[in-house]
Amino acid sequence: MTAVYDDLGDEAASDIPVRRIRFTINGAKKIAEIEPRLLLSHLIRRGVGLTGTHMGCDTTNCGACTVLVDGKPVKSCTMLAVQVDGREVTTVEGLASASELHPLQEGFREEHGLQCGFCTPGMMMAAKGLLDRNPNPSEEDVRWALSGNLCRCTGYQNIVKSVLWAAEKQRAQTPGAE
Amino acid sequence: MTSKALDEIKIGGLGSSRKRVEDERFIRGKGNYLDDVTLPGMLHMEILRSPLPHARIKSIDTSRAWEIPGVHLVMTGEMMATRNLAWMPTLSYDTQAVLATDKVRFQGQEVACVIADDPYIAKDACEAIEVDYEPLPVIVNPEQAQADGAPIIRDDKDGQAGNVIYDWEVGDPAATDRAFAQADVVSKLELHYPRSHPSPIECCGSVADFNRATSKLTVYMTTQAPHIIRAAVAMVAELPEHLIRIVSPDIGGGFGNKVPVYPGYVMSILASILLERPVKWIEDKTGNLISTGFARDVYLKGEMALRKDGKILGVRMHTDADHGAFFSDAQPSKFKIGLMHSAFAAYDIPAAHLTARGVYTNKAPGGVAYRCSFRVTEAMFFQERMIQEAANDLGMDQAAFRRMNFVADDDFPHRTPFGFLTDSGQYAKCLDVGLKAIDYDKFRDEQKEARKRGRLLGLGISTMTEPLGAGNSREYDILGIKMFDSADLKVHMTGKAILRTGAKSQGQGHETTWAQIVAHELGIPAADVTVEEGDTDTAPFGMGTYASRSTPVAGAAVAMVSRKIRAKARKLAAHLLEVSEEDIEWELGRFYVRSAPDRGVTIQECAMAAYSNMPDGLEPGLENTAYYDPPNLTWPFAVYIVTVEVDPVTGVWDVLKTVAVDDCGVRINPVIVEGQIMGGLTEAYAMASMQFITFDADGNCVGSNYMDYLLPSAWETPGFELHSEVVTPCPHHPLGAKGIGECAAVGGPAAFVNAVMDALGGTGVRNIDMPLLPDRVWEALTNHHDVSGAPPIRQD
Amino acid sequence: MYPSRFRYEAPRSLDEAIGTLRDGGDYAKILAGGQSLVPMMKLRFASPELIVDINNVPGLDYHRADANGTLRVGALTRHADLEWSPLLKATQPTMAAAAPVIADPLVRNRGTLVGSLCHADPQGDWAAVMISLGASVVAQGPRGRRVIPVADFVTGPFENALAHDEIAVEAVVPPAQGTRAGGYLKLERRVGDFATCGVAVALDISAAGEVIRAGIGLTGVGGATINATQAAAALAGKALTPEAIEAAAELTAQAAQPRTDHRGSAEYKRHMVRTFAARILGAAAPGGTGPATTTERAA
Repeated sequence: MTAVYDDLGDEAASDIPVRRIRFTINGAKKIAEIEPRLLLSHLIRRGVGLTGTHMGCDTTNCGACTVLVDGKPVKSCTMLAVQVDGREVTTVEGLASASELHPLQEGFREEHGLQCGFCTPGMMMAAKGLLDRNPNPSEEDVRWALSGNLCRCTGYQNIVKSVLWAAEKQRAQTPGAE
Repeated sequence: MTSKALDEIKIGGLGSSRKRVEDERFIRGKGNYLDDVTLPGMLHMEILRSPLPHARIKSIDTSRAWEIPGVHLVMTGEMMATRNLAWMPTLSYDTQAVLATDKVRFQGQEVACVIADDPYIAKDACEAIEVDYEPLPVIVNPEQAQADGAPIIRDDKDGQAGNVIYDWEVGDPAATDRAFAQADVVSKLELHYPRSHPSPIECCGSVADFNRATSKLTVYMTTQAPHIIRAAVAMVAELPEHLIRIVSPDIGGGFGNKVPVYPGYVMSILASILLERPVKWIEDKTGNLISTGFARDVYLKGEMALRKDGKILGVRMHTDADHGAFFSDAQPSKFKIGLMHSAFAAYDIPAAHLTARGVYTNKAPGGVAYRCSFRVTEAMFFQERMIQEAANDLGMDQAAFRRMNFVADDDFPHRTPFGFLTDSGQYAKCLDVGLKAIDYDKFRDEQKEARKRGRLLGLGISTMTEPLGAGNSREYDILGIKMFDSADLKVHMTGKAILRTGAKSQGQGHETTWAQIVAHELGIPAADVTVEEGDTDTAPFGMGTYASRSTPVAGAAVAMVSRKIRAKARKLAAHLLEVSEEDIEWELGRFYVRSAPDRGVTIQECAMAAYSNMPDGLEPGLENTAYYDPPNLTWPFAVYIVTVEVDPVTGVWDVLKTVAVDDCGVRINPVIVEGQIMGGLTEAYAMASMQFITFDADGNCVGSNYMDYLLPSAWETPGFELHSEVVTPCPHHPLGAKGIGECAAVGGPAAFVNAVMDALGGTGVRNIDMPLLPDRVWEALTNHHDVSGAPPIRQD
Repeated sequence: MYPSRFRYEAPRSLDEAIGTLRDGGDYAKILAGGQSLVPMMKLRFASPELIVDINNVPGLDYHRADANGTLRVGALTRHADLEWSPLLKATQPTMAAAAPVIADPLVRNRGTLVGSLCHADPQGDWAAVMISLGASVVAQGPRGRRVIPVADFVTGPFENALAHDEIAVEAVVPPAQGTRAGGYLKLERRVGDFATCGVAVALDISAAGEVIRAGIGLTGVGGATINATQAAAALAGKALTPEAIEAAAELTAQAAQPRTDHRGSAEYKRHMVRTFAARILGAAAPGGTGPATTTERAA
């Protein structure tokens, strides 16, 4: 890879600590050379170029940046990018397979679970964390699992319905499930 | 109609809950929001904000910032002043600082900015800027603003003698005085509707790209009104309007926050012009909450003159509006306090008088925002709180009191005492639906029984009609530009089409619903119609999307342009069928010969003919534009009823049930309409329970980040039961549709608050300011007095 | 939203981590969950020169009970591990009540109990819980291991007793004497909000229904976590009668040092402390509802 940037005559550029990491994102292996202070969300959005993970606040409250790290939903704005060295990251772009949408994506569309769409990737990733742990959640379970993700548009009612729709579809697709 | 008419629901016409077109990209994470825009050579801008709410700037030293590797430009107010850009006009005929020059006037005000290779470096450089401030006394409410000896915040304005911005009034004071002279009972109420903030999850931002080779300035911007921005940029930057292109991409929520022109936009534009490179500015949540268009912050006083049988004889209202440091509201220019005077429109009241005063304070500028329909949130909240207290003062049932004072179904058109003309509604029927859904009588019995055992149950009603769809050109303009809207429809030769409007969706689903209107008018399946909005180079001129105006105005324009197309298609059909136009009938998707209905042509065949088989004298093509100047506003009506239980020991209250009955006329896409209502109810719940911005005695903003500005999550937010049984079409709208986007945010808060106050009935508490936090409820219950939430907050 | 620059090391063993701290300079911070540290760095309230990330150190993500009932929680045990722990639900009612109300579910996937104790935020929940249980922190450094009672571990707001080259590796909860009862009640206006106030009560009760040992910790009603020792002492040796509960609740309220702010008046917060203490004790009393694992939230 070639990097070209402006030479503004500064000496101090060589003092910047840069670290090399290897990680997997949506199944693709990547190498990155980054400053330790780079947030994971910025690695995903600007480094890898996947802009489906959004940033909505500066105090770790809104959850728009939720991704999976080693299968667990976390707020990517509150992890340093260097922390995913050797780890697997899954973003909204990794939900669908080559031929099919993930049931969560279908559920959000079927049940009008989004309006502006900004919180939606984070909601789906948090919901995926829930469904991976509990394939048959109650409405209360869903609301609890999403309590770290804020939405201003929908009032949550249809988001809950979307997740329950997805849970039902996944159960139907799983042989031997309840 | 023949059997060949298309099934309207199947083709996605009016009333179809077709799945949203927008979702396809959003669920895949393929939206194109402002921060997703990346242009070659793009630089990043960060803003340095003032930590003090009111201070003279003695000096700014940017030398260390310039030295940081990767910094391209550092701008201050002094530098912008040399280009006449340190101040800019606002949408309310005031001026606003872009970068502070002499003073800072609110905490968070923009003081300098840095453009660098990446935002981390820009932030480092901001931290290296040294500003020497001399603190000045601070004003955090209208009383302080008007006190003797109060510092003049806007000493930059010639002739500004104090902190008052305007005085305004409407109504008939003499008739109102007579009404009060005849009153058996006068019911009074005073409250503060707290400062709130629309706070969409996506913050504001812009990518400004000035191309020296073409002299064209392109600005990607989070804006709900791209054409207004183009005009504003032309004025402020003194660039020719045809060389300015504003592109509003996908917007992650607007709610009125993304209408004003913000200093960050202007700075990014100037930086791009100076550096001849794209410059991106995307603010953080703190910047958004502390400096951009807030909402509400009005002090309301009212009196209601009542006859002892419950008839309302007259109403007096006074509002003191806290506008912050600059008067920058986006609202129709004739109405200083927006449409506050739409209060009481649902009630048949003979006389009313409203006075309003606006003042400057050391806070962020604004006041009109957040799903407010131009201050109608404040009007309807105060209305329903006054109505509840009046019913209590009379000893009357809440529902009966409202019902007897409603404008009757056969009283339309009805002129309100403040001069609005309401035109349609079935208020009593909506109330009946709501009372039945909440099981009103049963609840009242349960409430009585529970009281005996020390449990506090409460029920709150809120009923209102509100003016949506600004607005007709006689009365409505922003900065002199009339508030019409537009639609441009191009039907291609294969019968597919592309539609562009002057509106700008921020989640309302226009790409889905506008196509439904075309399907309804032309029989072209909605899936065959692409909808685009937001690019001023291609979209017809419109005033954007806010104040629930899009369905009433832009939606009407879509219907009208479709009818223009249909009128031309009729001529083409006549030509194809070799009959005269008078012999042609229309059914969904098809023209046919009246006397031989099997002989017909589809709309697609007409489209092909427009390019390949035109009659003599008819221009080719099947494309047109319509501009719609609405004859009146639309008047949806809503009933919101909430039941709660209050824990008297802790002050915590839980919602038991929320019922919403919305009559918004014809619903284009019912599921989308319901989504809007639920979104509005959530805002209502948020404002009633936990969400507000306040200030301490030193002018520090409390609520400038999500740790303090509380938005409810899925865990706190209650469920909602929605009712759509009552449909009163709008008599003047081409589709009979009315606005809906803001209704629940407008009417909802009073339902929650009235419910809690009802639970506290008999304790002598008349008012608790929103948000009704547990500590306020407890204080009211324990000490038997009203609780105000107005700033400054108490602090040890 | 952008932290200032720092150096970063990711050691793969405890010894390596301690060595890095020892050599690393004046202002180094351990990164475990990072759910308190990283937000502070993003707002530039904290600007460490060196971050020592211990997430790759093996053998720290456990929580288990020894044969004698001592509970040990390793430094990399996440709040979520504790929220869903059958062991905690069965044997540690105070901890089981607190774990679900730390922050929000996503933060709980990363944040750690031990890290929360080290962060020493007066509004942190775990400190009050651990104080009520008489727990300790195990610190490891170049000079070996030492055990610090939590009550002495927090030395002020955001200050702890660790030397600059020590790492907290474990939290230790003493075994129950009798049946362990208690709970944690927290008033937050919504999930993720800082506590308006939080009350942790831990009791060990004899078969005869007398309190063998009690501990009460308070969140968010003072400059640091409060150890309500007088209130706890008033319960020792007593049965949980309504009179004893009322007296202890009153002493608990008196131990609180709340300030009036936008979350409420000092009077209100003190009242809520009293209310929560009484509710937890009432639930633990005979005829009560059992362990007070419910939480109060303002909605």
